[in-house]
Amino acid sequence: MVLSVSDLSVARGGIPVLEGVSFALNPGEALVLRGPNGIGKTTLLRTVAGLQPALAGSVEAAPESLVYAGHADGIKATLSVEENLNFWARVFGTGDISAAIAAFDLGPLAARPAGALSAGQKRRLGLARLLVTGRAVWVLDEPTVSLDRDAVAMFAGAVRAHLAAGGAALIATHIDLGLSEARILDLAPFRAAPLAADDFDGAFL
Amino acid sequence: MSLNALWEFANPRKFIATTDRVLPWVAWAAALMLVAGLVWGFFFTPDDFRQGSTVKIIYLHVPSALMAINAWLMMLVTSLVWIVRRHHVSALAARAAAPVGMVMTLVALATGALWGQPMWGTWWAWDPRLTSFLILFLFYLGYIALWEAIENDDTAADLTSILCLVGSVFALLSRYAVNFWNQGLHQGASLSLDKQENVADVFWYPLLATIAGFVLLFVALVLMRTRTEIRARRMRALLARERMQA
Amino acid sequence: MIALLTRDLRLAIRAGGGFGLGLAFFLIVVVLVPFGVGPQSALLSTIAPGILWLGALLACLLSLDRILALDWEDGSLDLLATSPLPMEGIVSAKALAHWLTTGLPLVLAAPVLGILLNLPVAGFGWLVASLALGTPALSVIGTFGAALTVGLKRGGLLLSLLVLPLYVPTLIFGAEVARRGAEGMALTTPLALLAGITCGTIALLPFASAAVLRANLR
Repeated sequence: MVLSVSDLSVARGGIPVLEGVSFALNPGEALVLRGPNGIGKTTLLRTVAGLQPALAGSVEAAPESLVYAGHADGIKATLSVEENLNFWARVFGTGDISAAIAAFDLGPLAARPAGALSAGQKRRLGLARLLVTGRAVWVLDEPTVSLDRDAVAMFAGAVRAHLAAGGAALIATHIDLGLSEARILDLAPFRAAPLAADDFDGAFL
Repeated sequence: MSLNALWEFANPRKFIATTDRVLPWVAWAAALMLVAGLVWGFFFTPDDFRQGSTVKIIYLHVPSALMAINAWLMMLVTSLVWIVRRHHVSALAARAAAPVGMVMTLVALATGALWGQPMWGTWWAWDPRLTSFLILFLFYLGYIALWEAIENDDTAADLTSILCLVGSVFALLSRYAVNFWNQGLHQGASLSLDKQENVADVFWYPLLATIAGFVLLFVALVLMRTRTEIRARRMRALLARERMQA
Repeated sequence: MIALLTRDLRLAIRAGGGFGLGLAFFLIVVVLVPFGVGPQSALLSTIAPGILWLGALLACLLSLDRILALDWEDGSLDLLATSPLPMEGIVSAKALAHWLTTGLPLVLAAPVLGILLNLPVAGFGWLVASLALGTPALSVIGTFGAALTVGLKRGGLLLSLLVLPLYVPTLIFGAEVARRGAEGMALTTPLALLAGITCGTIALLPFASAAVLRANLR
């Protein structure tokens, strides 16, 4: 098991949004999170990634095994595609960016400043970052925003290759990625009961 | 009361219930001590042989200056309590104390200027003590502005407590830096327990009364403001819950 | 961490990075001072160390909100926070990059501007020494302020309000070294205190900045 989430409750802006979420990921598995807007997908993923503390429950993963990609890609407009990827490769202590460039077909764009890319191309660059990190568990928040159909297929291929290599992925998305092997977890049943007053604002209610 | 029992008050409900009973007593005691101390000091003490009647401003100046520093110390302690034990009332008490402390600093500066004019012939001098108080005022200003600027209550509490800790260190550093930078006009501490050359007893007793009055006034104001903060926080929590249900 | 440092340096130097803005600001402040106080060279040479220090401090302040805000806006800060780099290392690298792109050029430009203000010859060496010793503290303290205000829409003004009181000790000792140097007085004490402040802030403040940044990223 590479990631195990048990009985997790998360809060956005001090208000509990999800509670009792449990799931586990084994190597080679992908889990797709579904749910209407505002249910707390982003909050859950940020909690799993360690950016914010959980209200209750636990997230267990091997140290330094997660990589997170959010709504923003963290791309520097004045650096070229290559320089952007090289930076993350050095931060994560991996050297080679050629596989990432190939997987997302960035070769022809490699020397171009990232500021001159289209929205979809930027997203591809942001996703290519996942490959250079060398991390086992991908935690992705709406990875397919602004991607066209070909690019979505490209992304699905990259995820599949990652799973085949023993990786795992936790993806929040509302479109069909064409990943038939992925399990789907609907978050709607875990919506936090609004009247539960035992949260940390409880004493104020 | 054991220390453990003290943490009971970290519960907002318990805090409100307790202060409901305590607050009127503290407020009346503050009023009593202030009126007694000030009337005694202003009308029933002789004029100083050098300073004349201007010396009487001491009954406002010294207590407010003391409270200006003690308010920051209280904020430091409550900030530490928030960082270590994460009691919401503690963070809110620090928030409640800041404007009171800032006003005390202003009162100390203003009464000091009023006193300085006849004594030193100037409203303001870049004396170490005066300058330190001005810097303390700026620290209060920044601290309050940070509280106001951040929407999320817990984040605001975290950031302001760390600012309070860092600010305390830098305020202390500034105090010594300013001392080094300019030796001043201001007299040394007029109150200390170990020295002989204190102010004379006639001035000392009414001064003690006003100091007690200012301490009680500070406690009453902070309790009152903390209750307001707790209720405002509760209101925000209720509104947020309302939105969730809608 | 070196990767982060080189990236920040590269970003600062490339177009739109704002490199040199602080330097230009420093120049303009110093040029404006004689218009405000009059051209008497004796007066100017008395206040030169203080003006140069104050100008350097304000120039430093000008670029503080860029330290973290840009990385916050494009999401890099989230990604960096989940990377193997410790948060303390991130803020230290950011502060160092800020010093290299803002503080160091100011130190190097100060003697030239000293000529404009008629700084006594004896003062040049000590002015450069005091700035070289003091500006790292300005960058580190500024990074703390930037971390406090990173999530705010209009954080720039609040940032100045928070950071300027924290700059007081550095300014006092730094300007004191420069002033005493210009007047040929003994200056070991303020020099040692300035060095102490710089070392202390570099050693301790990144922990506070990192804690603040973590709270802000939640």
